[in-house]
Amino acid sequence: MAAVQWHSRSRRYEAELQSCGLEVAPVEFGDYHPLKSVTVTDSKSLRGARKGSTSSSSNSVAPDPLSSMLDGTDPLSMFASASASEPPLTLSHSSSTGDLGRGKRMEMEDEVGVNFEPWSSKRGEILARFTTTEKLSINLFMGSDKGKAPSPGSSAVSEKVRTRLEELDDLEEDSQRELLNLSQQDYVNYIEKLNQSLKEAWASDQKVKALKIVIQCSKLLSDTAVIQFYPSKFVLITDILDIFGQLVYERIWSMCSDPRSLPDSFTADVNVNDTAKKTCLNWFFKIASIRELIPRLYVEVALLKCNRFLTKCGIQETLPRLTAMIRGIGDPLVAVYARAYLCRIGMEVAPHLKDCLNKNVFDLLGTFRQIHGDSVQNQLVLQRVEIPVYLTLYSPAIHWILQCVSYRAPEPLLTEMMERCKKIGNNALLLYSVMWAFRAEFIATRATDFIGMIKDCDEAGFPKHLLFGSLGRSLACADPPEAERLPILNEAWKVITKVRSPQDYINCAEIWVEFTCRHFTKREVNTVLSDIIKHMTPDRAFEDAYAQLQSVIRKILIYFHDFSVLFSMERFLPFVDMFQKDSVRVEVCRSIMDVFIKHQQEHTRDPVILNALLHICKTMHDSVNALTLEDEKRSLALLINGFIRMVSFGRDFEQQLSFCVEARATFCNLEPVLVQLIHTVNLLAMETNRVMRGSHSHKTAAFVRACAAYSFITIPSLSSIFSRLNLYLLSGQVALANQCLFQADAFLKAAVSVLPEVPRSICIEGKLRSSEGFLLDFINNFLSALLVVPDHPEAGVLYLVRGLLNMVQDYTWEENSDAKFHVYISALPLLAAMSQETYLYSIPKVDSNETLYGGDPKFVAEINKLCETLIGHVLDHLKSLGRDESVRRQGSLAFTLFGCILAHGELRNNKLNQLSVNLWNLSHKHSYCDTRTSMQTLESIKHQAQQPGMAHISDMVQRLTLQSRT
Amino acid sequence: MSASLDIRLKRANKVYHEGEVLAGVVAIVSKEAVQHQGITLTMEGIVNLQLSSKSVGVFEAFYNSVKPIQLITSNIEVVKQGKVPGGKTEIPFEFPLHTKGNKVLYETYHGVFVNIQYTLRCDMKRSLLAKDLSKTCEFMVHCLPQKAKLQPTPVEFTITPETLQNVRERSLLPKFLIRGHLDATNCVITQPLTGELVVESSDVAIKSIELQLVRVETCGCAEGYARDATEIQNIQIAEGDVCHSLPIPIYMVFPRLFTCPTLETINFKIEFEVNVVIVLHDEHLITENFPLKLCRA
Repeated sequence: MAAVQWHSRSRRYEAELQSCGLEVAPVEFGDYHPLKSVTVTDSKSLRGARKGSTSSSSNSVAPDPLSSMLDGTDPLSMFASASASEPPLTLSHSSSTGDLGRGKRMEMEDEVGVNFEPWSSKRGEILARFTTTEKLSINLFMGSDKGKAPSPGSSAVSEKVRTRLEELDDLEEDSQRELLNLSQQDYVNYIEKLNQSLKEAWASDQKVKALKIVIQCSKLLSDTAVIQFYPSKFVLITDILDIFGQLVYERIWSMCSDPRSLPDSFTADVNVNDTAKKTCLNWFFKIASIRELIPRLYVEVALLKCNRFLTKCGIQETLPRLTAMIRGIGDPLVAVYARAYLCRIGMEVAPHLKDCLNKNVFDLLGTFRQIHGDSVQNQLVLQRVEIPVYLTLYSPAIHWILQCVSYRAPEPLLTEMMERCKKIGNNALLLYSVMWAFRAEFIATRATDFIGMIKDCDEAGFPKHLLFGSLGRSLACADPPEAERLPILNEAWKVITKVRSPQDYINCAEIWVEFTCRHFTKREVNTVLSDIIKHMTPDRAFEDAYAQLQSVIRKILIYFHDFSVLFSMERFLPFVDMFQKDSVRVEVCRSIMDVFIKHQQEHTRDPVILNALLHICKTMHDSVNALTLEDEKRSLALLINGFIRMVSFGRDFEQQLSFCVEARATFCNLEPVLVQLIHTVNLLAMETNRVMRGSHSHKTAAFVRACAAYSFITIPSLSSIFSRLNLYLLSGQVALANQCLFQADAFLKAAVSVLPEVPRSICIEGKLRSSEGFLLDFINNFLSALLVVPDHPEAGVLYLVRGLLNMVQDYTWEENSDAKFHVYISALPLLAAMSQETYLYSIPKVDSNETLYGGDPKFVAEINKLCETLIGHVLDHLKSLGRDESVRRQGSLAFTLFGCILAHGELRNNKLNQLSVNLWNLSHKHSYCDTRTSMQTLESIKHQAQQPGMAHISDMVQRLTLQSRT
Repeated sequence: MSASLDIRLKRANKVYHEGEVLAGVVAIVSKEAVQHQGITLTMEGIVNLQLSSKSVGVFEAFYNSVKPIQLITSNIEVVKQGKVPGGKTEIPFEFPLHTKGNKVLYETYHGVFVNIQYTLRCDMKRSLLAKDLSKTCEFMVHCLPQKAKLQPTPVEFTITPETLQNVRERSLLPKFLIRGHLDATNCVITQPLTGELVVESSDVAIKSIELQLVRVETCGCAEGYARDATEIQNIQIAEGDVCHSLPIPIYMVFPRLFTCPTLETINFKIEFEVNVVIVLHDEHLITENFPLKLCRA
């Protein structure tokens, strides 16, 4: 093909815009719009005001599926909480779950609601808390008692007689075992093994063996050696008992379920057949003959539910008897846990029978003096256990009992229990559990009384910090009377501050921080903080208490959202300084920043806040090192950016800039922050521009140049090439908008000079991707900006365009890619636009080339020459593609060029006209063209031809043939 | 070819009273038809007495076991000689529980020296080549309830070192005071033995408090009679040093089969006693004995 000639089509942008634009139809406010949220109009108040009412959108409800997911509980956590609230071993048809299925729910009183903390949640806590390193032993007499010295009562017994009971005890010949020196883990494993063998025995129909295993297990509960482990032992063994109870219940259930399964509300008289009753009775006779008190008690409690099969009020009659039976247990610890188990099963099986629970409490109070009795003291001396440690062993059981009792209990009953507790000496242990288990409101209204009682407690007994901790927990949930709050805090803190052990101190103080934050001002909180600092600093005690200290911060942040108040607490930052372990420190800073971003509504220039937050952000920033994960960096940067965005000095632009300078120095390692800073400075420049209404004074012009300088020196420090390119372009545009021509030139030149550095592939979200698309996007964007950039007076015509094209030419593009030529083609519209008399857009107060050259023919000729060179390059490439048999690429590139010439070329020129026809034919030569696109193109050309003054196109249309595919 | 024979009583708990009808089925399960020479059912009630070696010599005890006393016996032929078809065959039967003469059906009791047992045996006689089949099952007889209404008579007791008998050196005893009561000593056998016990004071810690149920069996014979007390069961009601002056419940269920209403006949006697046994930490053993009278109501 011969050398082409280029002439740009002259455009009248205004007229085109008008002819192309759709008719504008005014839309009324209240009218339907697809993106507007669904409007729910309150028909009562807004009837008749529907149309045109803007207020209707104010009470609109947006049924956004995402947000509605967030504010409701999500299904997974709902499941989790549901399963957690279920009693640990409910049977599939047990009353508690079965009742839900029944249409009519029983009276609410008869049910245990979800607000009752279930045993299962306590279980784990107890197991984790009560551990031992001492050696344990298990003494199992699976055989008969023969081996032992004849029991004292058997003097009147003839030895050869084997009683029924002994028969029961006889499991395997001589399987009496004594396991000594077990570690705690061995012990747990062993009990788990027993659990397994229980299930196996049951499955293989060895019911008697199963019963024996259970009896042996419950016997272990009468052994208080290694007393620290007792609560955990209780948990492990009652698990087995629960399983046993369930197995027996299910078995008898299945006997009645033939052929129809038993309704949940069955009664013994109607639904239970004789065989089932007989079996059930047999179980109870067997249990009644168990020799020892504790196994008999526990096994009977485990089977409590089975009483339903015998008589209607069986449970009601059995509970008081079992309650009384516990009086026979001499060891107070064993007794209290037996009570806890009875209360637990009682609550599960018959939650409406409250009397028995109360009776348990009163019995407990009645025997309370046992705890300080001689036998206990002797035992403690023997085991070398201190009294405070011993007393805390009681708390899980007493907590549980009191929790059961106080659940939905009437106020007078609680008051009565309180009064009774008061009368008993050494009642710290009871107080502790009362405060823990009773309703928080109940405690809160009597907080002053409680403080008095706590003060009266014996120093040597139950640890006081636990008592105050328990009280504090209640007060965090419910508010004491207004007038008592300050005295309460003073009294409590007086004691807390005297706690010697830092660990105990911080456990307690942490709880009380919440109360302080809830009701008092920064002054009191500040005092508390300084006290904590004073206690935790010696010997670096804070190192072991990071969790609690963090919780203190968290609580303060819940109540103090006003950061000017927060940071005006003198001790807040010193408190934060106690977190000296890097990971914790960063986490704390993070939580502070989270709250700041969430709750800070207005921009701030408060120097206190700025200094403090800068310090905090610096801490976060400084934690970044070579090993920091990308995600971590990102989230830190997000928080810091949030802070930077909230800083505003209002009209004091210079100070803002100097803040940015400082921030840049501080956060130099986090690229997203630098990017944010550049954006902030650009914004600042534009803001100045806005304030000055486009015409800068001498002073503001200098300031704007300073902003540009800031960006210019910051951008090179970014490692991401595209951030750099985009920011150069953006900053160039900002500089241009502010009439800083030299600066704009420098930015754009810099962008052009950076171009060759763009790698062929970049890493996006951990995957290597080709950078070509990004690069093309950028170049197109860049080209469109170049339209308004006036030529440098000292450089040649179209200096930047040429520079860019040169770079494009030298850039090592991917092999087999036409990207370079696409760039060439996309430069054509720019050049065409440049040769117009008036440009499509311009920048106020900046003279673009249109005014500089004023449509000088020499300038236009220069442009045309450049276009011709570009088209020549593209045509050469098309030829080479034809040689390389890459006809598909050839077709599509030809079509692109055709489109470009059609839109921007002067088609009255015959050569250009002919060239476009040739390109059309070339693109259709190998029928790789999308027929639909071709059709649409043709249609559009025909449409254009009908416009006035476009007659020359209609000739051309005749020559464009559509190849039908055959 | 295997056939199985089973007796199934109508009542699941197998408990009958005098004058009632013992009803059930004989169930024969076999794959093929069974040839037999008649199926018979035998119902029998027997009192077995044995002399203890304590009361008489070992040899005498061995040889001189007293002749069993038959309370009731009855024999019927359920099916005459013939063939039982294959599959499951159930043949219903009924025995009226009537005694002859002035004999009384004593309650079922399993003891050491006295056993009162009622059995039902089913025999299938077969030809010489095949083994006879037999199946025995025990059924329980309970006495008829007493007509007269029992008035519970509570029994109070106080145990101190002074009230004890059988003490060698009274001065060595620790001081203690235990009070309590049994709600009744004439007990209904189906109701538990109940009462309360209070440890008012004790110098030495208590180790355990137990209830020991004892049977006293007396067998009369030509040379006199033998009386033996043996333990039935021992139920612990308190373990460890219990709280002082707090009532501890006394509660014991009478085991079935091993207890029966107190019985007194010409040949033998069955009586029951309960011991409240208090074990002190220094292994001192204090026992308080209460004779019981059991009955049915």
